[in-house]
Amino acid sequence: MTMARAAASRRSLLGHSYNVVGVVASLVILAWTLIAIFAPYIIPHSIGDIVDDDYFGPMRQALWLGSDYLGRDMLSRVLMGARYTVGISLAAVFIACFSGVVLGMVAAVTGGWFDTCLSRFLDAMNSIPSKLFGLVVVAAVGSSIPVLILTLAVIYIPGAYRFARALAVNINTMDFMTVARVRGESTAYLIGSEVLPNIIRPVLADFGLRFVFIVLLLSGLSFLGLGLQPPLADWGALVRENIGGLPFAAPAVIVPSLAIASLTISVNLLIDNLPQKIRDRDA
Amino acid sequence: MTNLVEVRNLRIEAKTDSGRIVEIIKGVSLDIADGEIVALIGESGSGKTTVALSLMGHARPGCRITGGEINVNGKNMAALSEKQRAKLRGTDIAYVPQSAAASFNPSATIMEQVIEVTRIHRLMPPEKARKRAVELFRALSLPDPEGIGARYPHQVSGGQLQRLSAAMALIGDPKLVIFDEPTTALDVTTQIDVLKAFKSVMRAGGIAGVYVSHDLAVVAQIADHIVVLKGGEVQEAGSTTEILSAARHPYTRELLAAFEPKRRQAHADADAGAKPLLRIDNVTAGYGAVRDDGLPLIRAVNAVSLVVEKGRNLGVIGESGCGKSTLARVIAGIHPAAAGDIIFDGKQLERAASKRSQDQLREMQIVFQYADTALNPAKPIEDIISRPLAFYHAMNRQARTKRVDELLDMVRLPRALRYRRPSELSGGQKQRVNFARALAADPKLIICDEITSALDTVVAAAVIELLKELQRELGLSYIFISHDLSVVEAICDEIMVMYNGERVEQISPDGLKAPAHPYSKLLFSSVPKLDPTWLDGLVRDPELVTQYGHR
Repeated sequence: MTMARAAASRRSLLGHSYNVVGVVASLVILAWTLIAIFAPYIIPHSIGDIVDDDYFGPMRQALWLGSDYLGRDMLSRVLMGARYTVGISLAAVFIACFSGVVLGMVAAVTGGWFDTCLSRFLDAMNSIPSKLFGLVVVAAVGSSIPVLILTLAVIYIPGAYRFARALAVNINTMDFMTVARVRGESTAYLIGSEVLPNIIRPVLADFGLRFVFIVLLLSGLSFLGLGLQPPLADWGALVRENIGGLPFAAPAVIVPSLAIASLTISVNLLIDNLPQKIRDRDA
Repeated sequence: MTNLVEVRNLRIEAKTDSGRIVEIIKGVSLDIADGEIVALIGESGSGKTTVALSLMGHARPGCRITGGEINVNGKNMAALSEKQRAKLRGTDIAYVPQSAAASFNPSATIMEQVIEVTRIHRLMPPEKARKRAVELFRALSLPDPEGIGARYPHQVSGGQLQRLSAAMALIGDPKLVIFDEPTTALDVTTQIDVLKAFKSVMRAGGIAGVYVSHDLAVVAQIADHIVVLKGGEVQEAGSTTEILSAARHPYTRELLAAFEPKRRQAHADADAGAKPLLRIDNVTAGYGAVRDDGLPLIRAVNAVSLVVEKGRNLGVIGESGCGKSTLARVIAGIHPAAAGDIIFDGKQLERAASKRSQDQLREMQIVFQYADTALNPAKPIEDIISRPLAFYHAMNRQARTKRVDELLDMVRLPRALRYRRPSELSGGQKQRVNFARALAADPKLIICDEITSALDTVVAAAVIELLKELQRELGLSYIFISHDLSVVEAICDEIMVMYNGERVEQISPDGLKAPAHPYSKLLFSSVPKLDPTWLDGLVRDPELVTQYGHR
């Protein structure tokens, strides 16, 4: 039944079939990415300027998204917040997935002691609760953007490693791996040319999922006051500093929450609806 | 209604992932009388399993029965609702799958699963069902019929499991049983017991059957009628003797011809005094913990010696588990030997491939059984074939493109195939690509590990012909590992018989009629022949069977 429905809403283009949900999700992600890049040029007010007489002002012509707890322009703060949320999360997820996947493939292909030691070490890392780990690191070395990126990356390396290793172990038992080994190929060739192309799709899906986790963890840390420090603010921090507006139904607390939700849900939907290559060529 | 089964103008469609609709069964009609066994034969993709499954009103996911009538016992299966069909399955029609090992639930005892049908359809009380099952076990000549039901599926052999799945099908007293290649995964010595058991039970119960197979010789033993399918259409139908003796359709003749492969002409130019290309002495290898004497606990290959001369072929034959594939892996260095010497081209080879020089690796190539797993599904054919060219011969892009063209020509594949991926090729084409990759290294010796076992008879015969031709042109040597005697016979100058990790006998193809060792006798006599009376007339030395047969 689900198959029939998916088939009905699929369109094809350039030898790939697309799904409407996937297209909408990728448009949302694209919009947020563009905003993150061009935020400084499009914001109507500087993020530190107090432009409203009242705090938690409503939405109106002058201030589209109202004002925050100090009377600053909410639209500008959300747009700039995209920059920090998307930027930090993306940098962290790149580091986490790149190191995790490479280590995972190497461990699966080499096996033996290297695999055992690395796996146990990363399992131990995995057992530390992520928020707690973040709290300890930020409390110890202080909060800055590089520290946040590295902390988030380290927290998510073990997961990426486990995932990639599990996939690569399956590929490793295939005969073409044996053929390549008997040919005398190096480990770098084995992981780059034989293993990676076969696991890239699930790895990309995992990349997206991990990006969502990092956005949420970063927002969580910021909400606790351990993320970005004022006057800079990512979306998590925006929710926290405006939480006092909740009884007044101020847009200042709802808008950043919606921003977090729209980005994470879109990434999730995109992963589930990635364009599929049509293999039926002689049609 | 005269016949038990009457299929008229059956049409089945499948939908591809781009939404295109393909007709896979194009108007098939067939009849099965009461108590008659009809064989559906054809290569893979001919639609034989699809037709057989449609008799139960079942179409695999993505397929749909779009036209025609399927009358089984007076009911049109195509028109019934799923609920009505479910009522008939197990009681009127039963199914015996290809891989019994994959069809049994590993966490329940055999008896529970065999009598499950009677419970679902409320046919008889469990006590009575158990008694009936034991009777069936006895009729199928299973060992220990009283006790075997208490075991779990992994505690019995493959041949026994296949007979147990027949017992499961027969317990609901069906009028029609569908056998889907039930002996394809079995060794020849086991296959005989299973075939004999099936035949006697079906005959005793007067049960009609559909037997799906690609093996004409097996079909000849068990079927009354044969229907030859190709491309979703009936090519030819007739009684077994008619088809075997007077086949009219070219495709049927091709199938029959594939059974009698031409013997390889012995090399006139192979001088007798030539140095051996490969010599292995007393090689032992195995699995498990290494014991004090440096040998592994379980020895898959035990003190085997062999010699391959330049330009000549050695066949290694034996049933599954005899250590023939391990031997291939030992020679190639994938599974390092625990003891013994491997001398290749006059030089002693390291036991592990990782320690051999690049040239040594290049000169000895191995081709695996399953082209599906031996070719990286993520890479186009061009990349797969040109990798050894870049790796061993350091060719530039232009030279590689040219050489890939030559190699594709050599293995008789169209050049345009280079842009495709392995999943877009047929089984035979994949095996050719697999072979072209080995050729790309310019080897002196190619180890072929069951390379034709996963292919259809006609395709396998073509691949063997290709190997022979390439040998004439390139002066290669092959080590040809197989469980199929006719294949080995067709291509090899010497045949080594292995049993239980040991070399039993080495004979030339001319000596096949009179093997000296009792195991070779049993093995050779178990290969089915096209003669329909072969199975009934077969008398095997019971002592040999108990000694060597894995019942």
